[in-house]
Formats: sequence, C-alpha cells, structure tokens
Amino acid sequence: MPECAFAPWTDPGAEPLIRFRNVTKRFGDFTAVRDLTLDIYEHEFFALLGPSGCGKTTMMRMLAGFETPSSGHIELAGQNIVPVPPNKRAVNMMFQSYALFPHLNVWDNIAFGLKRDGMPKDALRERVAEMLKLTHLERFARRKPHQISGGQRQRVALARSLAKAPKLLLLDEPMGALDKKLRQETQFELMDIQEKTGTTFVIVTHDQEEAMTVASRVAVMDEGELIQVATPSAIYEAPNCVYVADFIGDVNIIEGAAHRAGEDRYTVHWADGQAPLMAASDKAFSPAQNAFLAIRPEKVLVTAERPADAVNAIQGRIHDIAYLGNISTYHVEVAGGRMLKAQTANTRRIENRGFTWENRVWLSWDSTAGVLLER
Amino acid sequence: MRRVFIIAVPYLWLLALFLIPFAIVLKISLSDVAMARPPYLPQFSWEAGWGAFLSQLDFENFTFLTTDDLYWKAYLSSLQIAATSTLLTLLIGYPIAYAMARAPDEWRATLMMLVILPFWTSFLIRVYSWMGILSQEGYLNQLLLGLGVISEPLIILNTKVAVYIGIVYTYIPFMILPIYAALHRLDSSLIEAAEDLGCSRAKAFWLITVPLSRNGIIAGCFLVFIPTLGEFVIPSLLGGSGTLMIGKVLWEEFFNNRDWPVASAVAVVLVLILIIPIVLFQQNQQKQNEAQS
Amino acid sequence: MRLSWFNITSLTLGFAFLYLPMIILVIYSFNESRLVTVWTGFSTKWYGELLSNQAFLDAAWVTLKVAVFSSTLATVLGTLAAYALVRGARFPGRTLFSGMIYAPLVMPEVITGLSLLLLFIGIGLDRGVLTIVLAHTTFAMCYVSVVVSSRLVSFDQSLEEAALDLGCSPWDAFRLVTLPIIAPAVISGWLLAFTLSLDDLVIASFTTGPSATTLPIKIFSAVRLGVSPEINALSTLMIAVVTLGVIIASLISKRNFVREQQGVAGRH
Repeated sequence: MPECAFAPWTDPGAEPLIRFRNVTKRFGDFTAVRDLTLDIYEHEFFALLGPSGCGKTTMMRMLAGFETPSSGHIELAGQNIVPVPPNKRAVNMMFQSYALFPHLNVWDNIAFGLKRDGMPKDALRERVAEMLKLTHLERFARRKPHQISGGQRQRVALARSLAKAPKLLLLDEPMGALDKKLRQETQFELMDIQEKTGTTFVIVTHDQEEAMTVASRVAVMDEGELIQVATPSAIYEAPNCVYVADFIGDVNIIEGAAHRAGEDRYTVHWADGQAPLMAASDKAFSPAQNAFLAIRPEKVLVTAERPADAVNAIQGRIHDIAYLGNISTYHVEVAGGRMLKAQTANTRRIENRGFTWENRVWLSWDSTAGVLLER
Repeated sequence: MRRVFIIAVPYLWLLALFLIPFAIVLKISLSDVAMARPPYLPQFSWEAGWGAFLSQLDFENFTFLTTDDLYWKAYLSSLQIAATSTLLTLLIGYPIAYAMARAPDEWRATLMMLVILPFWTSFLIRVYSWMGILSQEGYLNQLLLGLGVISEPLIILNTKVAVYIGIVYTYIPFMILPIYAALHRLDSSLIEAAEDLGCSRAKAFWLITVPLSRNGIIAGCFLVFIPTLGEFVIPSLLGGSGTLMIGKVLWEEFFNNRDWPVASAVAVVLVLILIIPIVLFQQNQQKQNEAQS
Repeated sequence: MRLSWFNITSLTLGFAFLYLPMIILVIYSFNESRLVTVWTGFSTKWYGELLSNQAFLDAAWVTLKVAVFSSTLATVLGTLAAYALVRGARFPGRTLFSGMIYAPLVMPEVITGLSLLLLFIGIGLDRGVLTIVLAHTTFAMCYVSVVVSSRLVSFDQSLEEAALDLGCSPWDAFRLVTLPIIAPAVISGWLLAFTLSLDDLVIASFTTGPSATTLPIKIFSAVRLGVSPEINALSTLMIAVVTLGVIIASLISKRNFVREQQGVAGRH
C-alpha cells in the first residue's frame, strides 16, 4: 500500500480545519444526518461518498451555511460557524448545476465574489486573470455561460468559487454533468488545481471511482451516518463492513462461520461438504461467529487444474463471461448455486484463452487476499 | 424580518382590497334597501353591538331573486350563451390551433404573435368594431346585398347571434393558445404509427390527436366559459335590450335602480355559480401539471 | 413540413376573422362622411376633431396617469407576492393568500368593481383617480404575480445560493442575480398590468367618481348610442400605438436573438 507523506489525520497533534461535533440535522420527521462527528484537515481533498439521500449533500450545505444543524456544532479553524450566514463564511461552493449567473459573462461571473468584497479594481483584474489562466479560460472571458461548452462551464464554476481564495472549497457533484471521458480528464485537472492552490477541498459524489481517484480521504456515508473514513486504498483493501466493500468496486461476499486457526488466522465454514476457507484478520471473532469473507474478483485466480500450493480453492462451472476488452469477468457457479466472480487481465488474444461456458474450473486465492468482516 | 415584509405587504393589500370588499358585498346582500346614504340597512354601529346587527340580516334578497323571473332567466340565459359560445369558439379555434401546430417552424413565432396581438389591443374597441359590421346598414349587410345573396338586410346586431360573434371574436385566443400548446407537444410520429397500424387519416385524428389534445381543449373551454359568464361589455354593446346576461343585470340593478342589496345578492349568486367551473378547471390544470412532471 | 389545403384555409379564414374587423375600422376612420358605414371620400378630419375634443384629451390623460401608477404599484406588489408564493415555503394563511392571488383572475369584473365601490363608500374615500388606481392595482397585481411566479418556478435556486456563497447579502443577491434574471417576466408583467388598466371599463366605471373619467368610460358612453367616426379615429390611434409597440418589442428581441446566435456561432 503506497502511503503518501501527507497524512495529518495520523498526527494526534494536528489541528483540524473543520470539526463536525455530534451534528444532527432533521427535516421534519426525516433525519438526514445523525450524530455525526468528523475532522477534516487543512490541504485535504476530502470526499463524501454515498448513495443519493445518504446525507452527504446536507453535510455540504451545512458547511456552506445553507442549512443549520438541528443539534451539535461545526467548527472552521477553531471557530463555531453555525450562526455565521453563508455570505460571511470563508467557505465557497461549487454547485452541482454550476449556478453560473446567466446574465453575466465568464469574466463577471468570476469577478462576482471579489466585487462583493470591494477588492480594488487593479487587484481584481489581476485575480480574475489569474483564475482564467488557472482554468484555461482566457479566450472565453467575454462569453455568456450559455455560449460555452459543459466542460468550460464547469471550469468557470470552479474559477468563480476559487477566486476568493476560500479556506475551504465545497464541490457538489462537480463532474456529474460531464461525460465519462471528460470527467476523467477533469478529475486530474482538479487534483492539479487543488495542489497548486493548496485549498482544502471537500467533494460530494456518488461516483466511487471519482472519490477514489481524487481524494486523500474518503468518507463512506449511508442513511446519515459515517460508515468508514479512510484513505482510498484502505477503503478498497480493508473495508470495515460489507456495505463499504460492496459499495466500492466489485466484490464477492462469502458468508460462513469463523473459527480461530492460529494468530490472526481464521477458517470460514461456508458450505457443507466443502473445505473451509482460510482468511487472515486482526479482528477478534468468537468461535462459530457469523462472518463475511470479502474478496475482490481480481484477486481470484481462475485455473483449469487445482493449483498445488493454493490455500483456498473452490471448484465451479463457468456460467457467464463478460468480456470488457482489457479484462474479462468470469461468473462461476460453485457449491450451493452460489455465484463467484473472478477477473483476469486479457494479456493474450481472445482465441488463445482457455475457458468457455460450462467449463469446470478452479478458483483460488491467498489467505491474505480477502477481508473477514463482522457485518 | 425581510421575509415577513415580502409576505405581509401583498397579503395585507389583498385582504384589504379583495377579501374585505367581498365580505362587504356578502353583508349588504343580506341587508335591506333604505332611503339612506348608503342606501341600505342595517348600518353597523358599535353601540348596538354585533347581536342587534346580525339579527337584522336576512336572506330576503335571495328569496327575491327566485321570485322575480328576470333574475333566474338572466342566470340561465348567461349559462346558455356562455356554453354555446364556448362550443362555437372551440369549433372555430381548434382548426386554427391545429394548422398552427402543423405550420413550418419558421412561421410559428409569427403566427403566435398574430394570435396574441389582439390581446394587447383594447377589448372595448374590438367589441365596438363589430357594431359597424353587424348593424342593419353595416358592412356585412352592404356586402351581402351588393352580392345579391340577400334582398332584405339581416338583423344581427342587438341579437344573441351578435353576442356569440362578439364572444368568439374576443375570446378565441384563449381557446387557440392552450390547444396549440397541447398539439405542439404532440409527437408527429404517433400519427404515423397510427397510420402504419392501419388507421385512416381521419381515424388517426380522432383516435390520437383529439385525445392527446384533450387537456388543451378542456383548459381552453374553461378559459372561455368562465369569463363570458359574467361578461358585461359584449351583451351591452352587441346584445341590445333583448339579451339577458347577468353581468348586465347587475350593472343595471346597481346604476339604474340603485338597489345595492339586490345587486350584491346577484353578485353572490354569480360567484356561487362560478365556483363549480373554477374548481373543475383547477383540477384539470393540476392533473395536467402532474402528468407533465 | 408542407401545409395541407385544409390547414391553409383555416389559417387564412381564422386570421381574416381576427383582423378584418379592425382593418375595416381603421379604413373607415378615414371616411369623410358622418354616416360611418357609407364611404364618401378620404379625409383625416375626424382625427382633427378628436384632437380638439378636450373631453377626450382629459380622459386620455387620466387613463394614462392611472395606468402608469397602478401598473407600477401592481408590478412591485405582484413580484413580492410571487416571491412569497414560490419561495415563502410555509407561512400561516398561505392557502388563503394563493387563493386571493388567483381569485381576481376569474372573478367577473362587475363583482370586483361592485365590491371595491362598496368598500370605498364604506370607508368614506372620495372616488376619483386614487380609487381607480387602488382598484386597478389590486387586480393587476394578481396577473403580474402569475407571470412572475411562472418564471420564478423555473429559476434555479442555487443561483441565489451561489450569490450568497460569494458574499452577497440577501438583498444584494436579489438585486444582482434574481432581479436581472426574472426581469423579462417583470417587464411583461408591467406591460400586462399597463394594458389591463388602459383597457378596463367595468371596474373603472364602478370605482370612479365624477372628477375622473377614463378613456374607456368615455368611449363606452359614446358608442352605446352607435358607431361614431371620432371613436373610429381614436380606435385607429390606439391600434397604431399597440402595433408599433409590438413591432418594436419583437425587433428588439429579434436583435438580441441574432446577437446571441452570433455569439454562439463565434465559439468553437
């Protein structure tokens, strides 16, 4: 796991930029955010990830000041910002719809916030020019928002919200309106800009790939609660529950009874008449406790013969093959009608590969390939 | 503070100048005529209190409306005129709306403008313009006599026919616009699909176009029917003394007879009659909005 | 798409029906004879008579005053009402409020006029220009509010939030963002209120006093007795003003449209 040098959340002495303390937000009977506590540090690129209605947008709107918490408080650089109205916060937001003012051109849109601060004319012009340069929009300064493309609009929205050099920039589904190819390019551009400006970014997204790509840390949310907050690689490799494992990427979940089999090692009995599976875990499980073994499909090896040194091996029959160009996913039916997925990289041409429908194959993986979860 | 101001100002305005006036009408409709200024009793006085005031109110004027056949005839005749002219407006307006929806794209803006333009010209003048056309020595009779179609001038002005013409003429944009909006949204491939499945042109029109423009038709009909029911200008300029419409009766009751309580009772009953089509119209609009969203 | 003969016929007849009466009116306003329906020769004398008729000029002045004041007041109140209705979420009496906005639109003018008159008498307000302005403002503000709220409904609320986010006070957000965007609706609301006021006969007749006669009242009392050449001339002038206004408005919007098209074409 490549750990980058930037990890203030591991430093107990670091002062967080944002602190959510027991924040609850109710809309009538509906609880959007439930007793949530979270620290976000300076220069972080923090992603709030979850399905729609999980409360991530509400959290963002509370940071921007458009919603007030029902209880709890939110600190920005040590100061409680709950009573501060949105126009007095050193926080800026990039809206999902971009919310570009249709009657103002690109230049005036970017200058809008600076003018509210009463910035002197020369400094303002310089700052707008700087922003236009940063987002490669110099040639479009005089255009109205409806005269530029979707990708350009997105950059105007970014430039406008960055112009005031906020302590914190909020991005609400910033790439939701872009097509896939443009989205990928923009993600890198966004990371680049974040690095250049050193601003703390909080991004809300339902796209797990996007969160994994851009963020220094990801918070997975569901029904108003934080499920896991960790780096993208930790979330992917060591999810703390089935929900997270399932939400991020593709995963096989095998349910069974766990028994201790040595230090940090457990066997999982998953089907009658089948050899138990071996899994490493530093969590403690009581004997015969119900557990879930999560294994990523790309960690499962497909072979015609049982590999001699395999710790875990299951025989099955190929039910379906999804050919995706660079990789193929095999859906393999194993004991009890259970379906497991295995992914292989297509390094060879298609006609040279061995397996087809109905073939009997062996699926195997190492004891450290999977994660054993309690729920 | 700002929010309260935004709501309170128009709210209080409407309370004072719409709701309270209407409450006054209701109150006067329950009062008696008197040789006084203002010409009705009882006047409310704080000394006498509410009890004495309320005890003097009665439904006499409403009973009077049912005994004098002028009033119920006027209501019936208003309903009949409004219904007939709504139907006529639909029959004339639909083909126009249909042709507009079928017209080439570059014509549409102009056609729309041509339909809306009369809205901006004076209603009174538009009604007035028919007086010269329909009178006994008017342009229509001159034309028809000149062509030899008729030998005696037709008497149209000061009849119901003139009222129908006036209503159709002034209210037809209200009919055309909603129907046009419905037809405009209609996907022409639906007609092609119907024809592909064996419908004749006429059948496809009847089975596809008409049902899909139903909401436009209903909206248009209510938009014509509701305002015509209380119409005053058209019957008094084109209808002559023989055409009874309730708006005119109210006007005359008030200005000529100075019978305020009866005029108020006429107004109250008219509102009660109007509530039914208005509620139906609202429901139709709501259904339409739901269907669209 | 080519139009069938049936469609061409309905369009031709339909628009002939809509426009012929007014065209005839305009033509005969240049008739020399007092007998309006008999053409004796071209003359502009009725225009001369009209413009020297002080009563008509006074009425026109009163009408204009009333229209300007009431439509401006109605635009302010109607915009506030629309804002309250669309953005005001919940407040006590909201249903009553929206009912009071929509009711005047369907209320017969005779009833609106009657009820306002009874109010003015009840509170002892002298009838004249002021009372007509109050009456016209009341029903016109409802039209304005409908026009403006249909624009506000489609207005992306995040635009206002963005303005707040960038440091605007709520009032600045309204002034700098909301108002410019809904301006076309507010302007057409004003125009609508203005024409409604210019046009109104019934409500003005009820709420006016002897001191203030509006043009529609004047016209009505003149044409009750039959067609008159002065009224033809006056109608022609009014039609001309409206036509001119509409042509100018459509030219302006066309120019803006072309400009925007060029802007779009200029991008790559």
